[in-house]
Amino acid sequence: MLSIKNLQANIGDKQILKGLNLEVKAGEVHAIMGPNGSGKSTLASVLAGREDYEVTGGEVLFYGKDLLELSPEERAREGIFLAFQYPIEIPGVSTTNFLKTAVNEVRKARGQEPLDAVQFLTRMKEKMKLVEINQALLSRSLNEGFSGGEKKRNEIFQMAMLEPKLAILDETDSGLDIDALRIVAEGVNKLRTKDNATVVVTHYQRLLDYIIPDFVHVLYQGRIVKSGPKELALELEEKGYDWIKDEVSA
Amino acid sequence: MNETTTYTTDLKSRLLSSFSQFEKELNGSISSPIHTLRKDALEQFDRLGFPTTKHEEWKYTDIKGLLKQDFDFAPTNNGVSTSVYDVQDLLIPDAEANILIFVNGIYQVGLSKIVSPSQDIIIKDFTEAYTTHASVIDSYFAKFAAYNTNAFVALNTAFAQKGSFIYVPNNKIVEKPVIIYHIADTSVGKPVSMPRNLLVTGKNSQASVVEVYLTKGEGTSFANTVTEIVIQENASLEHIKIQNEGSEAYNIGTTQVYQVRDSKFFSVTISLNGAIVRNDLNIVLDDQNCEANLYGLYMPTGKTHIDNHSLVDHAKPHSYSNELYKGILDGKSTGVFNGKIFVRQDAQKTNAFQSNRNILLSKEASMNTKPQLEIFADDVKCSHGATTGQLDNDMLFYLRSRGISLEKAKALLMHAFAADVVNQIKIEPVRHYIENAITSRLTE
Repeated sequence: MLSIKNLQANIGDKQILKGLNLEVKAGEVHAIMGPNGSGKSTLASVLAGREDYEVTGGEVLFYGKDLLELSPEERAREGIFLAFQYPIEIPGVSTTNFLKTAVNEVRKARGQEPLDAVQFLTRMKEKMKLVEINQALLSRSLNEGFSGGEKKRNEIFQMAMLEPKLAILDETDSGLDIDALRIVAEGVNKLRTKDNATVVVTHYQRLLDYIIPDFVHVLYQGRIVKSGPKELALELEEKGYDWIKDEVSA
Repeated sequence: MNETTTYTTDLKSRLLSSFSQFEKELNGSISSPIHTLRKDALEQFDRLGFPTTKHEEWKYTDIKGLLKQDFDFAPTNNGVSTSVYDVQDLLIPDAEANILIFVNGIYQVGLSKIVSPSQDIIIKDFTEAYTTHASVIDSYFAKFAAYNTNAFVALNTAFAQKGSFIYVPNNKIVEKPVIIYHIADTSVGKPVSMPRNLLVTGKNSQASVVEVYLTKGEGTSFANTVTEIVIQENASLEHIKIQNEGSEAYNIGTTQVYQVRDSKFFSVTISLNGAIVRNDLNIVLDDQNCEANLYGLYMPTGKTHIDNHSLVDHAKPHSYSNELYKGILDGKSTGVFNGKIFVRQDAQKTNAFQSNRNILLSKEASMNTKPQLEIFADDVKCSHGATTGQLDNDMLFYLRSRGISLEKAKALLMHAFAADVVNQIKIEPVRHYIENAITSRLTE
């Protein structure tokens, strides 16, 4: 599904990603862990197409298509979804109105008929249950005045509505209490199928108690320096990142 | 050798010289009190002359383009009141309202429609009103709009004859709004109109008045408006001004508001298009417990210039004013916001707030914004702020990351930005009209 080869990216003059490789197949869950400043959020942003980053080398193929050639909206329509670490507040645009526009733009790009008001509402009600989000919240301005937990639930709700092939969760656990974390994680698990994949970017192992990864990768200094099964996450939790750093510099 | 010399008199001289003709055609009414004021105003206009950019209040608004136009000014042209003008498709759809239609300044009886009972509200063409309500007009006409300092007000006052007279008696709540259309028909030359409106709301009364400026055709026109508004004790007036004319339309106007105890004024000014648009909104809060809300939205594009000047004069204690003006500027357009708040020495416990926010969509568009607070009282709460920027990139990226195209994302953000002002319009068909006008602008 996703094939990243030797990806290099800068912000300004500073190189953040220094030759990153990653293969993700349908049905898999990958966790990307690493110390602060290792490039985790940069990877998420580059995959979603944020223009603040400049890709200086390497390639990213998504179902064989050159992802780096596409605009953020084209990537979304191809099936990429980024759950933001800090969801943006947009005053004056209701979540409902925004999502209706988004869902129908994605459908249009896929050659599907737009959903009418009734179909959209039916689908919304069904997906709202997944993340225990209520109607009142959705009719308010997008993320404006939402609590941390509400914002993250809203991200997963949007993911449910857009049904992406590849979901990238960027530090989705940050700022969540344990109950909110469980709701968000359960939402993600319910959305898993054999045809889609999830990349969980996180600093802590906590979220991985709920979203069980098939692979754990350690990102350090802009490269994936170690990969392993889910037990690697537990080891990192127990021993911290220093031993990885020592291994790399050895 | 033959020499051909073309004598072009400037606009000011032509306007001055047409006054005697205007007087002649007013027939007997030149002995009336308002005519004394007209003559005085003409002298003031002559003395003041049109402002240049050296004038402090006109620093960023250059009217040379207006002055070089070869306008057809016929102050006494009574035209033919007719229904042949096909204006229906220009009007706000589905509005259940009292409708007054002026074409090139001339009242069109056949196109207008008064639906509210006359015991609730008196709605008349100004000329006719002077024959039936002279005492009301004499009490208020030119008492508030300063024709000794503003040349355009002086000019309008000198030729004041056509416009709307709206009078709400005490204790009347008028349900249906009054919509006054000023349509410049540019298929018959370069029309000039000098609408003069007087709105008086009696004690404990309530009304809504909408002024709409439109153009038929693509040609040049000039409207120089003065609207005087008097809001008496415990009365409430909603006043909406919409400017959606052609790109060659010059629209200059003063709205002068006088408020007394416990009165409420609610104003929304929407300026969508024109060549030069200049609005002066001056409000005097001359008693306790007055409230004034001023909202504005301007969306110039192309070479349009839109200038909003406002003055809120807190003369007495315990009053409240709140002002929010927002601009979205595209193309090579320019905008001006100049908001003055005076808090006089007497006006303790004043609450006065002002905010001006602008989005520049193009590198060639520019905005001049100048808040001016002059506070002479010591126990007041006042704030002001102004911002000018671009659409927020983080917001755009967030929307795009959900599959929404850049164009649609921009439109969504601009709608949201404008909504703070547009949603203040309580008359639903009027609000829908504005929303649609904005939508069609954003999807152009």
